[in-house]
Amino acid sequence: MQQVEQAMSPPSNAPRRDPAPSRISYKMQRLMLRSGFKQFLRVGVPVLAIAATIGIVLADAGRREAIELKIAEMRRSIEERPEFMVKLMAIDGASDAVATEIREGLPLEFPMTAFDLDLEQMRAAIAEMDVVANVDVIVRSGVLQINVTERTPAVVWRNYQEIALLDAGGHRVIPIVSRADYPDLPLIAGKGADKHINQALDILTATGPMAGRVRGIKRMGERRWDLVLDRSQRILLPEQNPIAALERVIALSKVQDLLARDLTIIDMRNGHRPTIRIADGAIEELRRIRALK
Amino acid sequence: MNDLYATQRAMRNMRKLAMQRGVIAILDVGTSKIACLVLRFDGPDQFSGGDEIGSMAGQSGFRVIGAATTRSRGVNFGEVDAMQETERAVRTVIQAAQKMANLRVDHVMACFSGARPRSYGLAGAIDLQDSVVSENDVSHVLAACDVPDFGDEREVLHAQPVNFALDHRSGLGDPRGQIGNQLAADMHLLTVDAHVVGNLLHCIKRCDLEVAGLVSSAYASGISALVEDEQELGAACIDMGGGATGLSIFMKKHMIYSDSLRLGGDNITSDISQGLQVPMATAERIKTFYGGVVATGMDDRDMIEVGGDTGDWEHDRRTVSRAELIGIMRPRVEEILEEVRDRLDAAGFEHLPSQQIVLTGGGSQIPGLDGLATKILGQQVRLGRPMRVQGLPQAATGPAFAASVGLCLNAAQPQDEWWDFDIPVEKYHARSLKRAVKWFKDNW
Repeated sequence: MQQVEQAMSPPSNAPRRDPAPSRISYKMQRLMLRSGFKQFLRVGVPVLAIAATIGIVLADAGRREAIELKIAEMRRSIEERPEFMVKLMAIDGASDAVATEIREGLPLEFPMTAFDLDLEQMRAAIAEMDVVANVDVIVRSGVLQINVTERTPAVVWRNYQEIALLDAGGHRVIPIVSRADYPDLPLIAGKGADKHINQALDILTATGPMAGRVRGIKRMGERRWDLVLDRSQRILLPEQNPIAALERVIALSKVQDLLARDLTIIDMRNGHRPTIRIADGAIEELRRIRALK
Repeated sequence: MNDLYATQRAMRNMRKLAMQRGVIAILDVGTSKIACLVLRFDGPDQFSGGDEIGSMAGQSGFRVIGAATTRSRGVNFGEVDAMQETERAVRTVIQAAQKMANLRVDHVMACFSGARPRSYGLAGAIDLQDSVVSENDVSHVLAACDVPDFGDEREVLHAQPVNFALDHRSGLGDPRGQIGNQLAADMHLLTVDAHVVGNLLHCIKRCDLEVAGLVSSAYASGISALVEDEQELGAACIDMGGGATGLSIFMKKHMIYSDSLRLGGDNITSDISQGLQVPMATAERIKTFYGGVVATGMDDRDMIEVGGDTGDWEHDRRTVSRAELIGIMRPRVEEILEEVRDRLDAAGFEHLPSQQIVLTGGGSQIPGLDGLATKILGQQVRLGRPMRVQGLPQAATGPAFAASVGLCLNAAQPQDEWWDFDIPVEKYHARSLKRAVKWFKDNW
């Protein structure tokens, strides 16, 4: 015998309504299924809420000030910890005068925190000095270490404005008052001479036996050199191969004692035709001497 | 007439919009159940090109991604009876189907079985201006069909051109580009009660959904339950629903007649309820579990416990034999089938070359129905199930879902309707500016 389940007929007088979603739940579900709405709920709403909170908190000026103050205070407390403090400055590789000048140029009050030091700016300020070739500025265990490499003066340069020392690269080192303070440095003059210090130094080295007589070297017309000797003698060197020409003069001088004679100019500019200019009155002097014989 | 034209066009535009979005819902508002299927289309290009037809005649382009069914309430004879209740039921299925699909649907195509459909065959003819038939000529000939006076209370649900004839050549599917002098068209017009449609539309609107189309469920069942050669050679599809029995006759792949009886499975249930003195719910259960139309000797011994909870032992322990149950059901089923026979005769079904009859719908599941139907309707009767579509859950593949599945197919490959053709220029009255523009275009 088959049976019909009793559950089929509920004992109720009023007809039971079938379940159905309410209008609101139906609309809610459709809203949730809208493309991007869930994404908006998951990302957009928290972002908006956080942004709104921050905005409301920061809207009050007093609160904003307090926060800034607090941050500055925390920052200061970290900066002023002993491990970040710089207590003194050490300058290495500089002469006393330069060191004093550097100290005067950097008005720092020690002790101070390393965070307040602008090393790059300090380095640039020191490097601006002519005498300084290279400088390193570092902070090491509470000491502001400044390592300076000074330029070595190679020549004394005289121009219309001043007398100055130049290093081998032609860079100005320091202005000087008198050429006599640096007797061991050769004198260089003439327009554009500072661009060719190396060549000048080579020529001066090549003077060899007459080095004692050299007064200086002068750049002529920004293209060639005149070697100036004492007794108002000049050796006019060519633009090309000035050292070879000089050596020729030296050889002549050795053999014929050229430079000891009463000459004013030895013109080596044209290699095929070296020319000399004898001093005023030298002929008369010669005739006078011959007449004596 | 223009008003209807506008509303149907609006629906067609909605359907196009839904196709572009790729999601559309199917709503079958029946008397015993409301079903909703959510379809996803693979791409609009699948359907735009009419040149080539894909696999499964282009019907594989969509997939069912959501399906839900609920017991119908507030619907009688396939018509909305209590609007609030119907709205609740629609809300229930839509919500469940959306949840399954995990997609929001905004466009819905609906079908219903009631509203007293009435079929009209229309004919019209025009003389062609130049000998080649253009698209404009087709709309002209459709406009030339003389529409019968079907009354103010009725509205056109379908108006499908079923046949074109060019001079003496008839049976043309697509006359465009062909050469002739006179173009004639036959059109099948289906009208329904306007207020019934209005009620249904209102229920759907209340659920925040846009209606993308309305289809008669008899037509939809025919699309899904009839196989191709049956649709071509002529067949009738009988959709035995809960409150109404739909009837559609197909010929040359077009529906040429449709009707609906206000009789269905619910009448059988109420007969059982009255005959056995049981509540409707119990009667429905007895019908679906033990129902039948052909009694055998075995059925006399097959006792069914009817049950009840009055507290009266005698009353609650009643039993009936299955033969008694069949005795209650059979006359009603016979009545339905005889009524169908009358309607088919009235429609002239016997003149069709093939007289295949296909029974579908939930009522066709009564055991032994095919044998009984053969006696009443003729020899060529079979039980039909809807064709398979991709993604349809197993629970929704039965004959009760023939209309739903047919609606899916119709959504994917809609039949040309009258409103798919442009309104002929002569029909514009108020829009003189458009006429002027048109005149300029034609003359320069």
